[in-house]
This record gives sequence, C-alpha cells and structure tokens, in this order.
Amino acid sequence: MNPDRRQFLRDTGKLLVLSASASIAWEAIAAGRPETAPNYKMSDHWWGMVIDVEACIGCGNCVRACKDENDVPRSPKYFRTWVERYRVLPDDMEHPVVDSPNGGYDGFPEKEAADPNAKHFFVPKLCNHCAHSPCVQVCPVGATFESPDGVVLVDKTYCLGCRYCVQACPYGCRFIDPRTQTADKCTLCYHRITKGLTTACCETCPTGARQLGDLKDPKDPIHAFLREHHVQVLKPQMATGAKVYYNGLDGSVR
Amino acid sequence: MSGWQDKAHLVRMAVLFAAGVVFFIAFRAWMVPADFGVYGHYRAGALDDVRARPVRYAGRAACEDCHADVVAARQGSRHARIGCEACHGPLVAHVQAGGDKKPALPDSRVLCPRCHYASPWKPKTFPQVVVAEHSPEGPCIACHKPHAPKMS
Repeated sequence: MNPDRRQFLRDTGKLLVLSASASIAWEAIAAGRPETAPNYKMSDHWWGMVIDVEACIGCGNCVRACKDENDVPRSPKYFRTWVERYRVLPDDMEHPVVDSPNGGYDGFPEKEAADPNAKHFFVPKLCNHCAHSPCVQVCPVGATFESPDGVVLVDKTYCLGCRYCVQACPYGCRFIDPRTQTADKCTLCYHRITKGLTTACCETCPTGARQLGDLKDPKDPIHAFLREHHVQVLKPQMATGAKVYYNGLDGSVR
Repeated sequence: MSGWQDKAHLVRMAVLFAAGVVFFIAFRAWMVPADFGVYGHYRAGALDDVRARPVRYAGRAACEDCHADVVAARQGSRHARIGCEACHGPLVAHVQAGGDKKPALPDSRVLCPRCHYASPWKPKTFPQVVVAEHSPEGPCIACHKPHAPKMS
C-alpha cells in the first residue's frame, strides 16, 4: 500500500513540474519573447548584412517597407534606411554629386539627363550594426547597446533624447523620433529576425541587392558571398566594426 | 568608562555613515531595474521590448503555403526570386485572417515602372524601358504576365 502511494505522489509531482515548464515556454513564445522561449538563442547568432551596389535599381521598395514595418514617421526627415543616388566624374572622385529625394521613398523620378562622362549608381544605406559602435560608447545612460547577437538597439524607456548618439554615428543613421523625443534607428527588424523571418527591406528587395546574413551560422550563404566578392564596409578608417558589407562600392561613397 | 564617553561622537558619525550606505543601497535597488546589467550596461528587458513589435510583412514562405499555383507560375521566370510582398504589399493581416482580407491588386502602370523605367543610375544589365515609347497607354499586364513576364 505504502509503495503505491509513494509512486503515485512521485508521478503526480513529475506531471505538475513538466506541465508547468511547458506552459511557461508557451507563454514566452505567445508573448513574443523568443529569448526566454527555447527556439531562439542569442548566443547562436551574429547578424550582419550584404549590400550588392551593382544590383540596386533604386526602386525604393526597401525604404517604403521599412517605414511600413517599423512605423517610421513619413516625413522626409526620418529614415531607418534610405537610398542615395551618386553621379561621379571619373577624374573627380572627391566631389560626387549625391542626392536622395525623400530618401528614395518615391523611387527616383528622372530629374536630369545622364552625363555620358560620369558614372551613376545607387547606394542603399542603413545602420551598420557596428561591433564597436561609437553611438553606444557615448550614451550616458545605457539606453543604447549592442545586443549579444550583434544588433545595435535603443531602449526607448531609458533614452533621454540627449542626441549624443545622433552626432556620434559616423553614418548618419540615427534621428530623434518627433513623437517620443527619443533616439530611433534601424533595429535590423529585430522583431522579425528573432522569429526566423528576414528583414522587411530584404523581404521586398526585388533584385536581392540586400541580404541579411547570420555570420555565426556556417550554412548561411553570406559566407560564400563574402568569400567570392571584393567587399568593403563604409568608413573602415573609423574602426567601428561595421557589419554591413558592400559589394561593388565606389571609392567616392562616404 | 570615561574613555568610551570620549568616543561617543565617533559612534554618532559611524551610525550616520552606515545609515547613508544603507540608504544608498536601498535607493539604488529601488531605482535600477533587476535586469540591468544582465548582458551589459543596459536593461535586458529592452530586447524583449524591441521584439514585441508586431510583424507586418508575413514573408514569402507564408504566401507559398497557400498559393501553390503562383509558385508554379513563377517557376523559372525572371521574377521567381522576388518576394511576393515586394509587389503586393504587407500581408500579415491576410495570412492571419486565413485568406480573408484580400489585398487590392496593384496598378501595373504604377508598379512596373518603379523598377523598369530607364535610368542611367541602374545596372546596365537590368531590363529597362522608356515607358512613354515602350507603352504609351494601357496596363502593362495586357502583354506581360507579372509572375512570368517574358513574352513567348
């Protein structure tokens, strides 16, 4: 009689513990907190991006998708990603003619004829998700940080709106959100990539000019791309540890 | 005992100092969230805050779960690798509604030239047309099927 009761208590205890842990895991998934759920481990990822300048056609899909997905203010002052249009005379690399009407949100309506002596190309820009980020170094309150999986993020509840980071970013990737008066920037669609989706800009890029890559995943095609192409990061002299790699980047791009 | 009385002022100082330390520890524990510093000099919960944003673009895998006919139509075409939502827009509401909330079809006169109007800024190998010469009027989809645009 006694052993039976003991066995019963033991089995009931196991059942309770198992169902409790299962429900905790499920709650974490349902609440959109994959790190506390078992299926996404930050330590298994190190995110970066490849941008193929030679494939960009300046359609502006990435700019529109980014504003849609992340609820970025529609005003032409605020962008998490934008596309620049370059015209460079081969003998004057120091002075490229660059413009970016509405960040490329409306595409690039033709404004002037081609200059047969110049070269023309588009350059998409976004946060470079630096591994040694100047914007993180200057934040006085710990409101911006490099996440363990290599994404530079902003804690909106901690940000004072002091604008140090906006000035510190060598790539001009930050702005102050006029609605909250806090710093805002590309999150590399952190809410998407932690669920196994790609970023909104990569999802909608029609030519594959932008590709999200997980540098810690040996099977990710980003490794083959980096091996087979001559890539460059923006402003390598700043030693920011930028993780957005450009293929076919012209020396005139700043 | 008289020696102890001489040190009374030191005891008062020590008590005051200890009270200050206790106040600092308590105030700091009250002000700084428990998850500050788990991964670095920031609040670990901020990662969850950023993650909590709702997704709007469902991703092409979600589209292809249902639209096998379009997958077949795009097979081998020059548009095969383009994400569905690049043209059709963000469609997570359509997926969550189980196929209801159908999106409006895009206007081909607006959509197609976004990529295919001729411009010296584009890569030379990319197919581009001067729209006014190529097709002054009428929808592009009268001739080109958007999922497999090459005309045979």
